[in-house]
Order: sequence, then C-alpha cells, then structure tokens
Amino acid sequence: MKLEELKDSTREALFGYLLFLGDSNLVLGHRLSEWCGHGPMLEEDIALANLALDCVGQSANFLKLAGEVEGKNRNEDDLAYLRDAVDFRNATIAELPRGDFGYTIMRQFLVSTYLYIVFKNLRESSFDDLKSIAQKSIKEIKYHVRHSSEWVLRLGDGTEESHERIQKSLNELWRYTDELFTHTATDKTLIEQNIISDMSKYHSEWLEIVSQVIKEATLTIPEEKTYLYHNGREGKHTEYLGHMLAEMQILPRSHPGAVW
Amino acid sequence: MSDNEQLPVWEVFMQQKNGGPHQHVGNVHAADAEIALQNARDVYARRGGNGSIWVVPLETIYASGSDDEAPFFDPSDDKAYRHPNFYRVPKAVKNL
Repeated sequence: MKLEELKDSTREALFGYLLFLGDSNLVLGHRLSEWCGHGPMLEEDIALANLALDCVGQSANFLKLAGEVEGKNRNEDDLAYLRDAVDFRNATIAELPRGDFGYTIMRQFLVSTYLYIVFKNLRESSFDDLKSIAQKSIKEIKYHVRHSSEWVLRLGDGTEESHERIQKSLNELWRYTDELFTHTATDKTLIEQNIISDMSKYHSEWLEIVSQVIKEATLTIPEEKTYLYHNGREGKHTEYLGHMLAEMQILPRSHPGAVW
Repeated sequence: MSDNEQLPVWEVFMQQKNGGPHQHVGNVHAADAEIALQNARDVYARRGGNGSIWVVPLETIYASGSDDEAPFFDPSDDKAYRHPNFYRVPKAVKNL
C-alpha cells in the first residue's frame, strides 16, 4: 500500500502511531544522549552515544513519514522541536530521567526488546514506507538488544552493589512496561489493514525473552504493578517530559530557522 | 578511576574486507571478551566497516623488543635473493 492509497481516517490513525514510534525513539535517544561525557568509562560513553544516534536517526525517519502522512507540510524537525509535551505520543518509560547507568541499561533492555518485536512485525506491514523503515532499523535494534542484555547480565550477576542497584531499577521500571502493549482506539483500523501489529498479542513473547535474561542475571521480576495514571499515547505524561523538551527544544525555538 | 583501577586492555584488529588481513586499529578497556568486542565495534566501527573484528587480551601478546631489532631484521637487508623480486606474479593472484 502506498501513501496516496490511504483513506483519510487511516491517515489520521497512522499519524498517531508514527508519532508514538518517532517520539518514543526521540525521547529515549535524548535521554541516552545525556550520558555524553558522563559515561562510566570512555568506551561505554561512546557506546551510549551510538545508541542515542541510532534512536534519533530512527525517530527522524518516523517523524518525516508522520509529516507526509499528516499532509500539513510539517517536516521531522517541526514535529520534534515545535510541539509541546501534551502533543508528544511517546511511551512513558522513555521519558523517565536517566538515573544511574544500571537504570539506563535496564530501560534500554526492556524497550529495545519491545522495539525489536515491533520492527520484526512491521517488516511485514502492508504500508510500504513503514515496512522499509522497519527493515532498515531492525539491524540497529538487534545490536541494542545485544548490548543492553549483556550489560544486564553483568550488572545483575556482578557485585553486590551492582546487583542491588539494577534490581531496584527493574522494580521501578517494571510498572511502565504494560503501557507498551496497549493500543489507542484509532489503532484498530491500522491493525485491521495489517499496517501495524496488535502488540497485545506479543506481550507473552516479550515477557519470555526478557524473563530469560533477567533470570540469568540473577534478578527477579517484581510481582505487583502499581496502577499508573500516565498514558503517553494519549499525551498524559509525567512532569519529566516537559523539562526534557525545554532543554531539547530551546535552540530551534529561540532561533527559528537556524541552520548549521 | 586511577591508573591501577583500569579494566584490562584488549588490542583490536579489524578486517576491511572478507579474506583480507586483520589489521591493528587500537585498543579498548573491558572486563571480558564480549564487552571488549562490543566496545571495539562502538569505538572503531561506528562510522562503518565490514569484515570482522578481533579482540585480543594485551597480556597474551608476546612481542619482540627494541633489543631484538638488529638480530631479527638486519640479516635480510643485503641479500637480494631472500626477496621474491624475480618472480612474475600471475594476474589472477590478488591480495598478495
């Protein structure tokens, strides 16, 4: 299926989903970029910056496509820099402050594993443009999964302190993972047309992959999840997103049209 | 981190194309081989590359020193017959 073949209602729904993918990667990428110059060691500092660049690059692809689907002449930069927090559709887990290295790694592991399943499915999307972005991105995601899961193993099964700290991160992050497998009302039409996959059907696959690594890392999945009032896909964010965007957007907002 | 707290050093060798030699490009710090390999990828191949990467623990490399220079390398200097200068290399042979 090509862009011009989409019905208006499909376009609107797809715009929302592309913002979810683009914003989640943008916000996560920005959180990773905050490590630049602060990594635990030079090599890992560079590794985290690489992950950040991958995420921001993927975000640019999704937001560019979102702009084309929306058809209101907004490009990826307009969408990234000229929207407020309430208009962002990222998953809540992506916007949480970066915490310590273990927290960043645990979040990356949980989210990358999720995105790996999303992209694997999107490679079969009936919408050509989305399919080709997914095909391109999956290689990067595979590396993100590898890098973060190897670190989860080492921190979990490392020293007493590293174990305790990454377990605490897992306990704090776990409650934000359910949101990843929910859909908005408008996603339904996209699922019916095979443009996207119904991620609620893949929760168990994700859980299986994640549990395996967590178990091997001698960590424990928390038993209870606290109910959350946030829902990134509806624009209901934590207070952290606004602060992050203020920093991320200040340059293009203070100097409209600035170029390198 | 002070000097003695640094993680072990791994020397990094990268291959530019399949079948080609692995050439030394630098080193990384890491506690074990898998992370050393990932660090090598992130530090030396982040702007592209292909073929493969080797990481080798520095302490496993047994090297010649400056004292060895003369006995190791000088004897070949004045003996032209040690060099394969008088053979024609067949056109089909690449990477020689």
